[in-house]
Amino acid sequence: MVEHYLSLLIKSIFIENMALAFFLGMCTFLAVSRKVDTAIGLGIAVIVVQTITVPANNLIYQYLLKEGALAWLGLNDTNLTFIGLICYIGVIAAIVQILEMVLDRYFPALYNALGIFLPLITVNCAILGGSLFMVERDYNFAESIVFGFGSGTGWALALVALAGIREKMKYSDIPAGLRGLGITFMIAGLMAMAFMAFSGIQL
Amino acid sequence: MNSAKQVLLDPIFNKNPIGLQILGICSALAVTSKLETVLVMSLAVIFVVAFSNLFVSLIRQQVPGSIRIIVEMTIIATLVIIVDQFLKAYAFSVSKQLSVFVGLIITNCIVLGRAEAFAMKNAPGLSFLDGIGNGLGYSIVLIIVAFFRELLGAGKLLGFTLLPTTSSGGWYLPNGLMLLPPSAFFIIGLLIWALRSWKTDQVEKDN
Repeated sequence: MVEHYLSLLIKSIFIENMALAFFLGMCTFLAVSRKVDTAIGLGIAVIVVQTITVPANNLIYQYLLKEGALAWLGLNDTNLTFIGLICYIGVIAAIVQILEMVLDRYFPALYNALGIFLPLITVNCAILGGSLFMVERDYNFAESIVFGFGSGTGWALALVALAGIREKMKYSDIPAGLRGLGITFMIAGLMAMAFMAFSGIQL
Repeated sequence: MNSAKQVLLDPIFNKNPIGLQILGICSALAVTSKLETVLVMSLAVIFVVAFSNLFVSLIRQQVPGSIRIIVEMTIIATLVIIVDQFLKAYAFSVSKQLSVFVGLIITNCIVLGRAEAFAMKNAPGLSFLDGIGNGLGYSIVLIIVAFFRELLGAGKLLGFTLLPTTSSGGWYLPNGLMLLPPSAFFIIGLLIWALRSWKTDQVEKDN
């Protein structure tokens, strides 16, 4: 039992890394990876939001949307999966908003550190992608918590690693046209290749 | 009419959403190992961007600023659901291959970015054209990437064999890297390099 969850955790962090294997959250991944400090801040925010939203959407999927999920209301063959997308994004937007207010009230230091990144997370594809993968792979509630945490951590890890490399890039002489975005793509590609070495690991 | 033409054509090379603004890369890379899925994906994105721009622009006077994001998200999500249901009904196998990436058009930054940056400030007609232009700018990058990945990785285009591979008795030794995710990064990186060498004003300044 424990091995199953451990394997899922390792799989979601390394093997099926959200950023480097599925290209999710690329926009922020490339835009916010200039400095290690900001990358760590955003990384933590993503882990927190992902760990909350994936299980929350899992509950909504299991008890409201799935075919036959409304049996407790006496509606046995209602299938609401088609409005899933709008529900998930709504849940994500709401949770990000609530988290923002809670942090502002109780942890102002963390709130200030995260700053603009919190609202940006709503449109981070890694978050919505996490929920959609959860639905597609039919995870149960416990699995969705592990998957949410693991995929968030994997994304944060990739972001911080990329930021570290980009800080060192300041000292290198890059051809003019490749500067900035171009070389960042190349680095991300090399990192993705490195992460592929994890594939095939089975616990 | 000059400005309309500019609005339509600018995003394709001069202000390409992927090449210059780092928008919409998320879903762009994962679907590009085959040309067929890319064509479907491009049509879906053009449809969503164009109509979300149109609708956001139509209601831009009525929506209070504080809730505009959630209104925009609702419009976009509705359009994406329409596309998703349509694909499931008429192109089921492609829809299976695209898996979650159709749904992820919602969080495609191009859609929300254009709604925010352009549709909130411009008339419906122009916004619609801007949407189509940005959709095309996105599509052209995707199509180029998919072209190279499918041709060099599998020796095929749209399922037709162009370079007979060694495994099926031909001469072409397929480049396995091209079928793997990292190759998309390299191709886009090279593409940006090429684009910026051609349009040198897009080169990033040192900071």
